[in-house]
Amino acid sequence: MLKEGQVRIPAGCAISGIFSRSGEAMSGEDIITSITVMHDRSNGLGGGYAGYGIYPQYKDYYALHIFYDTHEAKTDCEKFLERHFDIINLSKIPTRPTKGITDAPLIWRYFVAPLPTKLAESQLDEKEFVVRCVFRVNTQLEGAYVFSSGKNMGVFKAVGYPEDVGRFYRLEEYAGYCWTCHGRYPTNTPGWWGGAHPFALLDTTIVHNGEISSYDANRRSIEMHGYKCTLLTDTEVIAYMADYLTRRKGLTLQEMASVIAAPFWSTIQRMPSPQRETLTYLRNTFSSLLITGPFSILMGFDGGMMALNDRLKLRSMVIGERGDRVYAASEECAIRAICPELDRLWSPRGGEAAIFTLKGADGLCQ
Amino acid sequence: MPVNYLMPEYEVYRNPARCIACRACERQCANEVHHYDADLKAMVADDAKCVNCHRCVSLCPTRALKIVKSDHTFRENANWTGEAITEIYKQAATGGVLLSAMGNPKAFPIYWDKLLINASQVTNPPIDPLREPMETRTFLGKKSDTIRRDAQGNILCQGEPQLELKVPIMFSAMSYGSISYNAHASLARAAQALGTYYNTGEGGLHQDFYQYGANTIVQVASGRFGVFSDYLNAGAAIEIKMGQGAKPGIGGHLPGAKIVGDISRTRMIPEGSDAISPAPHHDIYSIEDLRQLVFSLKEATHYQKPVFVKIAAVHNVAAIASGIARSGADVICIDGFRGGTGAAPTRIRDNVGIPIELALASVDTRLREEGIRDQVGLVVGGSIRNAADVVKAIALGADAVYIATSALIALGCHLCRSCQSGKCNWGIATQRPELVKRLNPDVGSQRLVNLVTAWKHEIEEIMGGMGINSIEALRGNRMMLRGIGLTDRELSILGIRHAGE
Ligand code: SF4
Ligand code: SF4
Repeated sequence: MLKEGQVRIPAGCAISGIFSRSGEAMSGEDIITSITVMHDRSNGLGGGYAGYGIYPQYKDYYALHIFYDTHEAKTDCEKFLERHFDIINLSKIPTRPTKGITDAPLIWRYFVAPLPTKLAESQLDEKEFVVRCVFRVNTQLEGAYVFSSGKNMGVFKAVGYPEDVGRFYRLEEYAGYCWTCHGRYPTNTPGWWGGAHPFALLDTTIVHNGEISSYDANRRSIEMHGYKCTLLTDTEVIAYMADYLTRRKGLTLQEMASVIAAPFWSTIQRMPSPQRETLTYLRNTFSSLLITGPFSILMGFDGGMMALNDRLKLRSMVIGERGDRVYAASEECAIRAICPELDRLWSPRGGEAAIFTLKGADGLCQ
Repeated sequence: MPVNYLMPEYEVYRNPARCIACRACERQCANEVHHYDADLKAMVADDAKCVNCHRCVSLCPTRALKIVKSDHTFRENANWTGEAITEIYKQAATGGVLLSAMGNPKAFPIYWDKLLINASQVTNPPIDPLREPMETRTFLGKKSDTIRRDAQGNILCQGEPQLELKVPIMFSAMSYGSISYNAHASLARAAQALGTYYNTGEGGLHQDFYQYGANTIVQVASGRFGVFSDYLNAGAAIEIKMGQGAKPGIGGHLPGAKIVGDISRTRMIPEGSDAISPAPHHDIYSIEDLRQLVFSLKEATHYQKPVFVKIAAVHNVAAIASGIARSGADVICIDGFRGGTGAAPTRIRDNVGIPIELALASVDTRLREEGIRDQVGLVVGGSIRNAADVVKAIALGADAVYIATSALIALGCHLCRSCQSGKCNWGIATQRPELVKRLNPDVGSQRLVNLVTAWKHEIEEIMGGMGINSIEALRGNRMMLRGIGLTDRELSILGIRHAGE
């Protein structure tokens, strides 16, 4: 059977996210409880989490989480890392034996900073340098796969039910201001840990429920800009599109949402000027990055979280708010399970971006 | 010499029990096939002159007529077919180049018919176009690659000129001269009603049609007929014609006999002089010369109009297209070897060029490999026969398609492929007033609107089935296609998988 990346595997899913606007650190316990409620939306073939603010002691370093199939892959990859980065700290990511989680690869974590000489030589900005190194490892080093590469954040994922994945990675021992989570229902057995979600590039992470019909149009377009879609999953291509539009093109999250879940032309035409011109311009300029078909995504980024549905709202997603906490999930029960009393519960409309950022740090998401 | 006698290919069959000798067929046939024989008191036909255009058949009030393929035959020979033999007789008699009209009719593979389209089941819902918005609007032109903002951070929306199409189907170039005034009027009005564009071809723009300028693409070809500042500025876009699918590498020749009245005025050449389009543009011998023409045209139109460059699909089309994309052109149009023509040397039409499906796939792939696909729009033509062809073309990577033969068929063309005779009984490829008036532009434009509207509905249905509600999400979405009965090589050029994979 073909591995993920050699074949495209459609999947249904569950997603959940918690965000503290005041930046309060929350352990991974709640997010595990939340996703457990939606057990039936996954089928044990993939689960994962992204936590933000979890590495305050290393917040200025890129945290690379890497899967290795073999010790040789690890040796090769570490040689590569040493050539390009200052490695401040490295360790195995702590795990506990968990029923339902088997065939674990070697899972390592590195806190790194680009070597100033290498960075200068490359004539790239720091983030682009890191991105290129991640792509180098993932496409050229057999058996090594970087699945998390941002600062002060990390992705934890595996093949299994998401609640088991959370226990496996001992997420209750971490504390962060934002958690997103994903339970996967693929229609095929990839059996590869890298194929689980979230998908991450730098500090942008995506968890996604849906199956987009625009996939190959999006993939072929984004690959023109130096991204390489190795997994053939929606989540991967959405993460690259988000990175491209925000980091490389400098769009705000709101603008990015109006590209990937663009309003219908008929809606744009009814808008007042200059909004009408701006949205026409954006939609036309990035027309190949429009996503069609069902999706609901939670995008985590440094200092915030965004929830977005496809423009027809073909996938469920609700948002709950309590005090300065925000909850977003595929089903209301996943929110009520951890916060029975809510100040407000609402469903964002199709294509309507719900963006939450740390208090007093509104600029961060730009 | 008797060897020059060629048995007619078709026979006019008249049912004597039905024929009332009303002589309608005689009046309708510009080829003078029918006449009334006073001695016999009956209609008779000269089969040798019949081109099988069905005009008389369609207008016979008693349905007495049909045209049948003659069963007269040479001794059967798979190599020396009747066609091969008669062509030798013709050339031995005349010493001339054989001429034909319309697109390559030979039995080459039609890749459109070997592509199958996907639909959603279970994991992803189909969308019902009757209930949900389904968008077919497309913009042609370069997409800007940097976002610029003003001091307040608002996005500055100026970019390169764009052509907005309500439906990704345009009418491709057919010159006034090769087709009639009424045919042009029909195309222009239909383009306006549909929110799309028609193309003047290389014969200039008749004064009466300047009013449709907002829906007109004006063409600049090697003969430069009728090209002047007002013409360039009259259209919504300018197309430089480098080549044509039916006759790559060949120029054009409209005989002096057709250069009369309005046609001479519109082309800006004296009445009765031959209108000869040279094979090359004599100011373009290489890609850097093309760049100069592109920018001369942009200068002449103050950078307000997108410039298209149209080429024939030939062997190294991908490399050529990549050069054009870097020449400053806004849109590349590729014309496949099935593309129609008013007249072309038969050998060229039937043997030069490649199928548009393969050309499109390799151009789109190449432009993406080079990261420049967004710098240029991609329009393809050369036998788009129905809505499924349109969907497949867009999924392979086109922004929009050009149709011409399909449009003429909508106007009544019966593909008799005799356009070069100038005696088109349907009033399309002719300048004879009594024939031209058979094509009523009110009816013609309505039929074109009907055709494109019907295709639009079908495109929406097919897109909805795939769970796609906007045409841009279909563009280049090759995973929505599978091949059937294709070799690995063909699949890899098309960039698709085989059905069942
Ligand atoms: S040329 Fe056309 S109109 Fe004339 S006889 Fe043949 S089919 Fe009839
Ligand atoms: S345009 Fe007229 S002459 Fe040409 S193929 Fe059609 S019907 Fe025949």
